[in-house]
Amino acid sequence: MSASSTTILSLPDQSTATVPKKNYITAEHGLLSWLLTGDHKRIAMLYLISITFFFFIGGAFAGLIRLELLTPQPDLVASDTYNKFFTMHGVIMVFLFLVPSVPATIGNFLIPIMVGARDLAFPKINLLSWYLYVVGGTLVLATMVLGGVDTGWTFTTPLSTHYLNTHVITTALAVFVAGFSSIFTGLNFIVTIHRMRCPGMTWFRLPLFVWAHYAASILMVLGTPVLAIAIVLVALERLIGIGVFDPTKGGDPLLFQHLFWFYSHPAVYIMILPGMGVISEVISTFSRKRVFGYTAVAFSSVAIALFGFFVWAHHMFIMGVSNYSALVFSLLTMLVAVPSAIKIFNWSFTLQKGSITFETPMLYAFGFMGLFTIGGLTGVFLGSLGMDIHLTETYFIVAHFHFVMVGGMLMAFLSGVHFWWPKMTGRMYPEAISKLAAVVTFIGFNLTFLPQFILGYLGMPRRYHSYPPEFQVLNVLSTAGATVLGVGYMLPILYLAWSLKYGAVAGNNPWQATGLEWQIQSPPLTENFTEIPIMDHEAYDYEWLEHKTAHEVTTVG
Amino acid sequence: MGISPVLWQFLVKWLNASALFPREASTIAPWMDELYFFLLAMTVVGIILVGAIVFTFSIRYRKAVHPVATQIEGSTLLEATWTIIPLAIFLVTFVWGALLYFRIYNPPVNSMNIYIVGKQWMWKAEHPGGQHEINALHVPTGRPIQLTMISQDVFHSFSIPDFRIKREVIPGRYSTMWFEATTPGTYHLFCTQYCGTNHSAMIGEITVLTPADYKKWTEESTSGMSLAQNGERLFASMNCNACHSGNAAARGPSLAGVYGSKLTLTNGSQVLVNEAYLRDAILNPSQHITAGYAPIMPTYQGQLSEDGLIDLVEYLKTLNTNFRVQQTLTNSQSDQAAPPASGVVKP
Amino acid sequence: MDSAIATTQEHEAGEHEHVFVPQHRHHFETEEQQREAGSFGMWLFLLTEIMFFGGMFFAYLLYRNWYYDAFVAASNQLNVKLGAANTAILITSGFFMALGVWAAEVRKKKLLVIYLILTTIFGFAFLGIKYFEYKEKYELHHIPGASFDVSQFENPAAYGLKEQPLAPDMAQKTQIFFFLYFAMTGMHALHMIIGLGLLFWLLARAQRGEFTAGYVAPIENFGLYWHFVDIVWIFLFPLLYLINRHPLK
Repeated sequence: MSASSTTILSLPDQSTATVPKKNYITAEHGLLSWLLTGDHKRIAMLYLISITFFFFIGGAFAGLIRLELLTPQPDLVASDTYNKFFTMHGVIMVFLFLVPSVPATIGNFLIPIMVGARDLAFPKINLLSWYLYVVGGTLVLATMVLGGVDTGWTFTTPLSTHYLNTHVITTALAVFVAGFSSIFTGLNFIVTIHRMRCPGMTWFRLPLFVWAHYAASILMVLGTPVLAIAIVLVALERLIGIGVFDPTKGGDPLLFQHLFWFYSHPAVYIMILPGMGVISEVISTFSRKRVFGYTAVAFSSVAIALFGFFVWAHHMFIMGVSNYSALVFSLLTMLVAVPSAIKIFNWSFTLQKGSITFETPMLYAFGFMGLFTIGGLTGVFLGSLGMDIHLTETYFIVAHFHFVMVGGMLMAFLSGVHFWWPKMTGRMYPEAISKLAAVVTFIGFNLTFLPQFILGYLGMPRRYHSYPPEFQVLNVLSTAGATVLGVGYMLPILYLAWSLKYGAVAGNNPWQATGLEWQIQSPPLTENFTEIPIMDHEAYDYEWLEHKTAHEVTTVG
Repeated sequence: MGISPVLWQFLVKWLNASALFPREASTIAPWMDELYFFLLAMTVVGIILVGAIVFTFSIRYRKAVHPVATQIEGSTLLEATWTIIPLAIFLVTFVWGALLYFRIYNPPVNSMNIYIVGKQWMWKAEHPGGQHEINALHVPTGRPIQLTMISQDVFHSFSIPDFRIKREVIPGRYSTMWFEATTPGTYHLFCTQYCGTNHSAMIGEITVLTPADYKKWTEESTSGMSLAQNGERLFASMNCNACHSGNAAARGPSLAGVYGSKLTLTNGSQVLVNEAYLRDAILNPSQHITAGYAPIMPTYQGQLSEDGLIDLVEYLKTLNTNFRVQQTLTNSQSDQAAPPASGVVKP
Repeated sequence: MDSAIATTQEHEAGEHEHVFVPQHRHHFETEEQQREAGSFGMWLFLLTEIMFFGGMFFAYLLYRNWYYDAFVAASNQLNVKLGAANTAILITSGFFMALGVWAAEVRKKKLLVIYLILTTIFGFAFLGIKYFEYKEKYELHHIPGASFDVSQFENPAAYGLKEQPLAPDMAQKTQIFFFLYFAMTGMHALHMIIGLGLLFWLLARAQRGEFTAGYVAPIENFGLYWHFVDIVWIFLFPLLYLINRHPLK
């Protein structure tokens, strides 16, 4: 099957092609060889399985929430149970899915290959990261089994320290441990990108995927420890009652807010930046063009990381911060919105004079661009002080962050999984059904979350178990959308699993993409390269690729 | 407003009727909605722009009609354009939003003050005349109302969507906001900060009445003592009189006229005495010693509920002269046999 | 398939000699790259530790500003002699660690082991003194929580102290100081305990000669960690023990 006029997919002759016998999957056998591996690719696969597992648990909680909200009365479950649903949904989705999704799976798999190295700088620490993740996840499961926690994923004090009897400390411990998983991943990436680039790989020859992960890693390394200490203080306050957040003892509950959001705002950039890296790669490949304004996109990633550290109090505008500090944070929030806008336009203009095809990763990328634009612009609503007064703590916020995180990040994740699936597994996913899933997801997403913007402006508060009856129609629409969305997310599990055995053999470079990862076999060897490459061309050099493919013969198997 | 009032009215009424838009029931609501429509327009324009670019390029440059891509490095001009224009729009948003924020959170001088105490899971409203409401608030139209709010336990948030106002209600310190209602009717009151089990049940009704109806309501629902009167009884029963007797040789400063004045403290700093200061001085006296006095005032932390503190603050606001202080002393002596004032936390 | 990518020859004679020690990890091209990566990684990790302690320093900043009098009274109550002794002990320990790094670099195994042992001994001395300090706090009921007792601050004369008494509401705030004291020194002590554990492990390996044959990275990197722990204490000591202290009254 060769590329036609509507697809760039170029697969080897299926009657003779086979997946290479020697690759990182077949290199060693047995469960222990996976559980004690140092191979970044195997660790990436371990992560992929675990985060998918937690995604579905978090998704189940979302389903239960939407089910309850079909009716205005609190009639499906008790209020305490409902509060546990949204807390667990938030904790799992943020800490166990979104934060590690692209970096720990696709990033782990690809960053060493993209910089031309044999592995990350610290493979054992990489494995430790995964185990920390698993321990964190197990602790969350333990919380669930023991009866759940209902603080909200934001652990607001003094509610979480003095007024709840649920398993706050277990959850705090889970988040603490998972946080260190994230820190070590970031640390590994930074050292790898600094020290292990192959000869000729200058910073500005790196794929934008690497730049995005570099920026996200800075955030991981500098921000997550502050969350760790905030969580430790909450746990100590609960255990000993020292008064650090208790106003009757002279403490200040707002101190927790500052410590918590100092991490949790950069956290959202930790979540989105790797997804933006994926979009850069996908848009480039399916337009056959270098990303427009490479330098601007690279610097925008770093700018988002830097500015992202200085806007945390925009989560606290009405909470009692002084008017003047609110002014400063609002201004900085407006500034941090600009690099994201720059990126969207750069990606849009990458399409100009390209040669565009619409395979599944590209569909997800388009979905990202539309939904992230809406999500990001509604962020500007919230960064505007006066507007935030009416919109904060309502469903507008819920809609905003689901647009950027689910419409943005999750779509980018799916785009990346589909794009690099052939590289990671050696097999192609089935195109028709994957396109269907992408469209179903897009439709379901909009139906779920657009009504929530309206609900937010109407004033429906978030984390509400029951609501006034006049909000029901919009809630029903939202739940209907959620059902469609659920179908859209189930489909990939099914057909991706199917493809492992029955998918077409992919060959090295089914997308005819540039990038070092596409010049090696699929799936790669454990050591990635038989010989360390010397990089002698720019990133996204399609002319180099054309020259190269004109003169090569590929044997697969 | 920037757009035609006719169009504006049409927009708002139409939206209202479709149940997709809240009513505008306060003076600030139109300002809020104006900013909202600007931002909506910005979003629609933005998404149309991006959508148009993506769609046009996708169709025009799809592989079937444009099989060979042209490698383009970039364009500094375009980068500058789409940096500066969004930045300009966002900065306009910043200024507009900041102005609105200051407008909402800076009450006019002649506001009528109502206290709100939030606790899991109910709202208490205390009018200066002594009317107490639970999960409800009656207010007149045409008059600025300031809400001075505090929580007894965790963070709550007092939200009236139809007025477009909301503010966090914090344990340990007062937060304030104001509004002026324009249309009689009933409106939703929500707690919007997650506060535990019955967070979604911590709702109520704001009833806006015409001034005449409001006057009738205050007369019908007076519970006997105004907040200040209750505060006066507390002042006596907690023995504040012992040091704050108003005599020249008293151990504590005279409190006549202290509200609204500028005090110099022992550490040399100057403070404006408002409700927050008074509450803090009662609970943490050692940091609020007036210059020239010894730090001997005991703390009342744990002995007074937030309601009691509100009563005391209201009483102190009415203390204009020393005579009034003497009156309190005399009143308290005759109240010896009376039941203790409400607002004291029994140990 | 990889013909179009120019390739290097491994083990090519380059500008630097390739010292392939047994501990060379094969994903690194050269031993130098491995060493640099390890060092960089350790510095990054210490940066995360700074952010971690930073949260507590921020809380300290806030509450010291709000409750200065309580902080002064509580701080003056700490045993500055023991604190100063601990500072000296930890600096000495750091000194021996630095000597140990040198010994590894000049490949003197016996010296390395001696210096590591000395580092460990002084580390334990530090913890020992900390134990006595904590014990004293326990006896005075200055450990935050249910048994916290402020009477010493409200009425110092009754305890034979020359301090000014604090008003009751300010006296309550000393609990926040002590919480920060225990949290910060406790977190520091935890890092020391981890360090001591690592020291035992390094001692065993040093004894086997693993660090005196050209491969010094673990000793160097642990040295970085140990010095960091030392520096944190050098900040903690004045901030906690020396608030408005007057030497002789």
